Parts: sequence; C-alpha cells; structure tokens
Amino acid sequence: MRRLLAPRLIALFVLGWALFSFPLIQLWDREASLFGLPLLPLGLFFVWAVLIGVLAWLMERDP
Amino acid sequence: MTRKILIADDEPNIVISLEYLMKREGYEVLVARDGEEALAMIAEHEPDLLLLDAMMPKKTGFEVLQAVRGQQSAMKIIMLTAKGRDTDIEKGRALGADDYVVKPFSTRELVDRVGRLLGLSADDNPE
Amino acid sequence: MNLPISLVIGISFAYLALLFAIAWYGDRRAAQGRSIIASPWVYALSIAVYCTAWTYFGSVGRASVEGVWFLPIYLGPMLAMILAWVVIRKMVRIAKNYRITSVADFIASRYGKSPLIAGLVTLITVVGIVPYIALQLKAISAGYGLLIGPAETGLVEAPPAWWQDSTLYLALALAGFIILFGTRHLDMTERHEGMVAAIAFESIVKLMAFLAVGLFVTYWMFDGLGDLFGRAMADESLARLLRFDHGGSQHVYSQWFALILLAMLSVLFLPRQFQVMVVENVDERHLKRAAWVFPLYLFLINLFVLPIALAGLIHFGPGQANPDLFVLSLPLAEEAMALALFVFIGGLSAATGMVIVESIAVSTMICNDLVMPALLKTRRFRQRAGGDLTRLLKTIRRIAIVALLLLGYLYFYLAGEAYALVSIGLISFAAVAQFAPAALGGMYWKGATASGVLAGLAVGFGFWVYTLMLPSIAKSGWMTTDFVEYGAFGLAWLKPEALLGLEGLDPITHSLFWSLFGNIAVFIGVSLISRPTAREASQALLFVDVFERAGGREPVFWQGRARAEDLLALSERFLGPDAARELFVEHARSIGSNSPDRMPADARLVQRVETRLAGTIGSASARVMVASAVDEEPLELDDVLRILDEASQLRAYSRALEDKSRSLEQATEELKAANEQLKSLDRLKDDFMSSVTHELRTPLTSIRALTEMMRDEPDMPTSQRREFLDIMVAETERLSRLVGQVLDLARIEAGHAEWHNSDVDMHSVVMQAVGSIGSRFEDKGAELKVQGSRSAKPLRADADRLVQVMLNLLSNALKVIPDQGGRVEIDLRDEEAGVTVTVSDNGPGISQAEQREVFDKFRQVGDRDQHREGTGLGLPISRQIIEHFGGRMWVESEPGHGATFGFYLPRG
Repeated sequence: MRRLLAPRLIALFVLGWALFSFPLIQLWDREASLFGLPLLPLGLFFVWAVLIGVLAWLMERDP
Repeated sequence: MTRKILIADDEPNIVISLEYLMKREGYEVLVARDGEEALAMIAEHEPDLLLLDAMMPKKTGFEVLQAVRGQQSAMKIIMLTAKGRDTDIEKGRALGADDYVVKPFSTRELVDRVGRLLGLSADDNPE
Repeated sequence: MNLPISLVIGISFAYLALLFAIAWYGDRRAAQGRSIIASPWVYALSIAVYCTAWTYFGSVGRASVEGVWFLPIYLGPMLAMILAWVVIRKMVRIAKNYRITSVADFIASRYGKSPLIAGLVTLITVVGIVPYIALQLKAISAGYGLLIGPAETGLVEAPPAWWQDSTLYLALALAGFIILFGTRHLDMTERHEGMVAAIAFESIVKLMAFLAVGLFVTYWMFDGLGDLFGRAMADESLARLLRFDHGGSQHVYSQWFALILLAMLSVLFLPRQFQVMVVENVDERHLKRAAWVFPLYLFLINLFVLPIALAGLIHFGPGQANPDLFVLSLPLAEEAMALALFVFIGGLSAATGMVIVESIAVSTMICNDLVMPALLKTRRFRQRAGGDLTRLLKTIRRIAIVALLLLGYLYFYLAGEAYALVSIGLISFAAVAQFAPAALGGMYWKGATASGVLAGLAVGFGFWVYTLMLPSIAKSGWMTTDFVEYGAFGLAWLKPEALLGLEGLDPITHSLFWSLFGNIAVFIGVSLISRPTAREASQALLFVDVFERAGGREPVFWQGRARAEDLLALSERFLGPDAARELFVEHARSIGSNSPDRMPADARLVQRVETRLAGTIGSASARVMVASAVDEEPLELDDVLRILDEASQLRAYSRALEDKSRSLEQATEELKAANEQLKSLDRLKDDFMSSVTHELRTPLTSIRALTEMMRDEPDMPTSQRREFLDIMVAETERLSRLVGQVLDLARIEAGHAEWHNSDVDMHSVVMQAVGSIGSRFEDKGAELKVQGSRSAKPLRADADRLVQVMLNLLSNALKVIPDQGGRVEIDLRDEEAGVTVTVSDNGPGISQAEQREVFDKFRQVGDRDQHREGTGLGLPISRQIIEHFGGRMWVESEPGHGATFGFYLPRG
C-alpha cells in the first residue's frame, strides 16, 4: 500500500495540474450558467473539491 | 448371608469365566455389560463387591469409580485392567479402588483377594 | 456611522492578550510534556497562516478587478499539498535529523554548510519579505481607519506625518508582542509550541469571520448566490469578471500557469510556511491529514470571495469604494457594527498571524545567518572564550524583529499606497520562488553544487530586483520611471518589464519567467561544470538519501582529534550549562557509557554537538564554531567515499547479522516443531502399544481363567468343559488373527510389505470376495447384491490385497446388519480415470463423531457384541492398502439409515 502511495499522489498531481491548465480549463470558460451560477467559477470550485476529496481518500486510507 | 458380587465387563467370554468362578466360590453374581448398566445395578442391588473393568463402553471403569465413590458406600471395588500401566493403577487407587488386578489374572489370586476384601478367610469359605 | 476609537483599540488589545494567553498556555503544556499542538488538525490550521491579510482583504480586491484571477494563489498550494507526503515529508525528515531551523539553513546546510549561501538566502528573504510585512500593516491600518474614520468607502486619503501615524505604533506594538512570546527561550529545535497554538486559533477566527461576512452579504443583503450572480451576469461590466480572458491578452494562459506555479513554490519556501510546516512539525504523520485539510481550508475561505466582490461592486458602484475593504465596508454600510468589528478582528488575526510567524522565522535567519557569521569573523568575539552567549542570541533576535517591523513600516510609508494588496504580495512571492531550484534540486539531485546555487540565486535575485522590485519603487514615485518606460541607458531591450523585447506578459509573469529561467539555467549549468567539495558531497548524500538512512546508522563525515572538555565548553557557551550537560549525558547513554566524563571525543560526539549547535545558531555557524574548537583534518572527496563505504559495509554487516539471527530463529522454530512431531509420534506409538497390549490381554484373560478353572476342577461336567474349550479355541483364533494383523499393518506402514502386482479386474476381485463370504450372508438370511459391470480396462494392483479389503468391508457390514431383513449392496463404478467401489448396509449407521474415528487403529465402532471377532485393525489396514495404490477410502452415513464405505482406485 505504502509503496503505491507516492506514484498515486504524483498521478493525482499531474491530473490536477492538467485540470487547472490550458486547454482543459478553457472548457469552463463560456457564457453559461448552471443552477443560476456562472460556469467558470463553478467549474473551478468543482474540480478543486474533487481533488480535495480524492486526496483525502488517498491519505486517510493509507495506514 | 450370601455375598453379592457385580461383574462389570464388556467382554462376554471374560464375563462367562468370572461368573463361573465366582459362582463356584459361592457368591451371588450379577453382570453388567457397560458402565451405565453397572451404575444402575449398583443402585438397585447394592452388591458387596464390584469387579470393575477399566475399559468399557458408555462409561469407563474410572468414571463408574468416580460416580460410586462420590456416594457413601461400603461396597468394595477391584479394578480389572488389561493395560498394565502404572498410571492406570495410580489413577484407580486415587479414585478409591480397593484393589487392582491386571489381566490376564490368576483365578486363585483373584479369589483370594475377593475373599480378603469381604473379610472372609479362605477357611470360612461358605462352600 | 463609525465605532468609537477606544472600543476598536480596546477589543484589538483584548484579542492580542487572548492570543498571548493561548501561547503562554501552549508553552507551559509543552514544558510539562503534554503538548496541545500534537494533533494533525492543529498542524493543518497552523499551516493556514498562509492566508494573511492579503487573502482576507486582498482576494476580494483582486476579484472585484480581475474576477476569477484571485484563485491561482490558492490552486497552487492545493497542487503542492497533493505532493506533501512526498516532498514536504522529506523536508521534515531532513530538518529533524539535522536540526535545521530555517529555509536559509536548509539550503546552506545542503551545500556544505556554506555561510555564503545562508547569508545570500537570508538577504533575499529580508528584501523580499519586507513588502509583505508592509502589506499586513497596511491592511490593519486601512481597516482601522475605515472603522473609526469619517469615510465609509475606505478610499485613499493623504497619509499623516509618521509620528502621527497609528500604523507606526501598531508596528511597534506588534514587535513588542512578538518579542514577548517568540524569543522568550531558545528551544532545542527552535520550536515554538505556544506560537503554533495561537496561530491555529487565529486561523479559526479568520475563517469564521470571513464566512460570517460572506453569509451576511449573500443571504442578508442579497437573496442568495443565484440572485447575486444573476444580477452580476446581467451587467456587462460585472459579467466579464466571471469569464477567463477579459483583457484580450494572448498570454492569458501562461499568466494563469505562472501564478499557480508561483503560489505552489511559495507555499513551500515562504519563511513562515517553512516554519510551521517543517520546523514546527511534531510528527511527520500529521502531514497525512494536513495535506487535505489545509486545501479544504483554502477552499472554504475562498468560497465567498466572488460573491463579496460582486456585492461590493453592485452596492457601491464601480470605483466608488476601495474593493480591498469590501469585507468591512459592506457590513458597515448595513450598520451591522458587531459583524464589522468581528470582521476586523478576523483581519487582525490574518495579519498578526503572518507577522508573528514571519518575523520569528526571519529574525532567526538574520541572527544565525547574517549576524553570527559576521560576529564570528571578528577576532574579539572569538577570543572572548567562555561566557554564556544565549542572552546575546536572544538580544540579536529581538533587535531583528524590531528592525523587520520598522522596515515593513518604512516600505508601507514610502510605497504602500501606490499598490493594491495583491500586487505587493506577489512581489514577495516571486522573491521566495527563487529558493525553489536550490532547495528542491538539493533534495533530489546529488550533483547540485554550492557554486551552482550561488550563481543561480544571484542571477534570479538580480532579475527579480531589476524587473519587479525597482519598477515597483519607481511607480511609487521615489525614482524616475524613465528606465521603466524607455529601458536603462535608454536601451529599449533593457526595459525591465519587457526584457529583450519580451512584451505582452504582465510584470509578475514576465519577472517570474526571467528570474526562474535564469536561476534554473545557471544553477544547473554551473553545477554541471563545477566540482563539489567533500563537505558538499557528504551533505548531498545525507539530504538526498535521507529516507534510506533510517535507523540511526548514518555515516559521520568528520575526521580529526577533539577533546570532550573543549566540546563541552563550546556547548555551554551557546546552549547554557544545563542544556550542554544534558546533551553530553544523552550522548553517553546512547553509546552505552555510564559516565559522560570519560567518553571518547570521537566523530559521533563531534557530530552530535555540531547538530545541536546548528539548532541554535544555524548549521553554517555551528560548523565554523566546531571547526575552531577541535583539531580537524580536512575532508577530501576520497574520505567521503571511504566513510560512506564503511557505513554501507557496516549496514550490510548488520543486515547480514539480522538475516543470520532470523534464519537461526527459523531453524529453532523448525526444530521445535520437529520435536513436537516426534513427541506426538512417540505418544502415538505408546498408544498403539498400549492398545495392542490391551487387545492381546483380553483373549488371554479368558483363556487363562478357563484353563485354570478346568485344572482346579477335575470333575467339571463334560458339557461345561466343552463350552469352555470352544471359547478357548475362538479366543485363540482371535489372538492369532490379531497378531497377524498387527504384523501386517506394521509391515505396510514401514514399507516392508510385499506387493504382488498384476493386471487386476476389479469386478472379478469383488466376485471372489462375494464367493468366499457369501455363505455367511446366507446363514444370516441377509441379501447381498452386486451392481456394476465388468470393466473394460484392468487396474495395476495386488489382487489378494484388494480381496482382503473387500472381505473386511463385507464382514464389517455383515456384523452390523439386522438379523431380519439384512441387506448389503456392492456398487462398482468403472470410469476412465479409475474405479469406485462402495459397500452399503442397512445397519444402524455411524454418527458423525464416530465416522471421523472409524479408520483409527483399535477404534471399534458400535456395540462390542456385534464385532466379537473384530480386532479394530481391519479398516486401518484396508485404508493403508487403498492408499498404497494411490486411492482413497471414506465412509458416509446417516445414523439410522445404514452406512456406506467406499474406496476409489485410480487407473495407473
């Protein structure tokens, strides 16, 4: 388990970096809204929350 | 008064021999084929002496011994065993057997011991 | 409407007093060994010192001008914390092992404990961090002004003369406060438990306050997020804040990237972050939780930034109020005075938290890495041998704290009003980012050299000064802006914000690119062409391979002669007599000596003293002091390799020893198991012998008794005599059968049995057995049925033995079937792989417990009468025979419904 933790974290880091960078970040950048909220901030906060969730899961399940 | 002897053994041929021997010596003979039957007959007939085989089905001789010695009883007990191991003899004595005879036994010796335990000398044999 | 000055100042001081109480309590508990900060939650909250007044006030300001662009400063730490367990844990481990107490020390220690590098890093830090401290002062001062002042909007007014400026007194008050609880004692590892507790508390306060104002604005002043965003999206000037590219710049994504990178590096190397994350770390496992709790904290504190910014713009109208102070001016506009005060206290938390940790961290660096080396150079200081220097160290740090805050005030006074909060913060970030190549490179690349670091830092810092610092000063009006607009010496390619004609980037991205690019390129380039000194090489090994040296058997890179008295005297000077004594006793215990006075002054002791001193005066200064107190032989590169070799041999030796003892242990276990097995075999043999004895004695008993009775009774009736003689014959037969079977079994078990193998047809084996026992079934009136056919292929086996098995099974069955209506069925199933034979009876059956024992020797099952001729060896022998031919034998039975014995024999 512990041996796999570092590669998993690095993979998550790369994924997070990609999600917050061009060109993926451009996907949110449009004049649209969801539940009355603008898409771009909503998307950024959504990705952020998912990253925290996955990170917490990875960290807490490792003994 | 005729003394009652209960023979408790599961080997029919040994029972036949003992029964013949004890009857010949003038005792009244009862026979039990296993431990439970032995206990039942002790309670019912109150024999004066028990010839008890160590290895029996349902209840072993040791278990019978334990059960009998738990009660107040003047009954004498001679253990018969085919396993001449010292530990068995020790165990029998500790559980309150009065005497011990190893199979195959000498008939004369057995008769002597039975007589001694019942307080009879060879002379006043009721025969 | 405003609040009375006395109330604001009174509450502020009360709050600071509360902080002091928490810190005092934390220190007291630490002294008692009952730490209140030994929790991953407290650790995570203390890391949230990252959120300063810059976050608290500046994020809203930035969001109201540039929309979502306030976010990269928090997304960077989010990404950095994903790797916390990999990178920060390594920093923590290194810092703990070598008592490293600051970023400067960390980098200098890695590169051969170079005082030059330590000094340069400290210098860059001080220059870079002063604007940041100014920012905090500016934020508190502006907030204070808004609370008590006449204007509701917080727009800039002319600053007062410095002696009338409350900000100056604020700075001095803070300095006094920090001195009170930051430098009261010189700790063993420069840890400040009380401070950490106070900082964690401040993190809670600032988050609560910010969420409170966010909820107030969103749900009290407006009808929730939908209403707020709906109105913003309807207004074109506000809607652009919700989009990415509002400037039309082609480099918008590289700016975004640059800001994330900048924040990612800053969260690692800002002095205060290094202090709380690395130096103050209690247990490196706390990183596991902090790694996600800290990003979660950032997430929460940023949730309402956009709503507040939009609300401020909608409420006041663009340009009508200072957006940096929206968090205060919005509640004030609604006359929510208590909330405004709470928000001000939250801002005070954010600002004081940063100033406290930053100034403690930087004052340590100034003392250890700038002042100490200078002092050590002066002859007078060195010659004044003896004397406790701990008070001097404290004094230096206190002066450094006051100086830092005054510098911050100076910057605020001179340049503060020209810039928004965020711009000031980013200037500091860009300076600190210069440490990343040296520190990260040093942790993972053994080839990095001190020359590379010095050159890289100089270049990076130079670019930073020229492209960011100087223009910021110029724009504040203290220098001519000519060089910014036309380039130095009028050369356009030297324009600081468009170097070599690189235009289109914003100043931060532009500066970050040039400084980091130059830094990294020179760092790597010079490292590759320069050779490391022996000490650099040895430190490189200790840093890069820190996780491989767990277990305390690390190599000691020191050679020479030393005297314990000299080392003790040296320790006393810097640690105080008590701590020095304790250090020596501790070392004596660790090497198994009971007297600290008669210890060899070997390399390990020298190293221990040096490491301990490093915790107090920094590794570079500690190196200089130790070198002056002992008689050292210079360390050559060959020596480093030799020492490393010895250490690894030692490690290999101890590993071999461990292996040996493990295999010995294993052998012992195996021997024990074998012994147990022998014992149980012995018991089995005893049991077997005792069973055999019993089985032999039983028939002998009858025979002897009957013989003696016939002897003693010559006139026994003939009929009686005949009966007895019949019994004797039967018992004699039983005896000989028993002896035969015991011998048979013994032969089979010992492998001495003779097997006459031939091609066997199982059907004819069955029929042969049936033929020989059939008459006994007829005698008992029992039915014997055979099912199954003659098989196509023969088996290779001993036919007589198989007949023996069949006869055993059949005679057992015959014994148990009832006298009337007895029935036995033999079933023969012939398959390609082998033959299965089953013998089923309609006897009483065998209970589950007895089924398990039925193949044991002398284990006769059921009523004794039914198997008078049985020996208790038939089934064990049968099973041995079947198993000899590779088959298996089993029994199935349901009590009351008969039993089925079966065996399977494979073909071939």
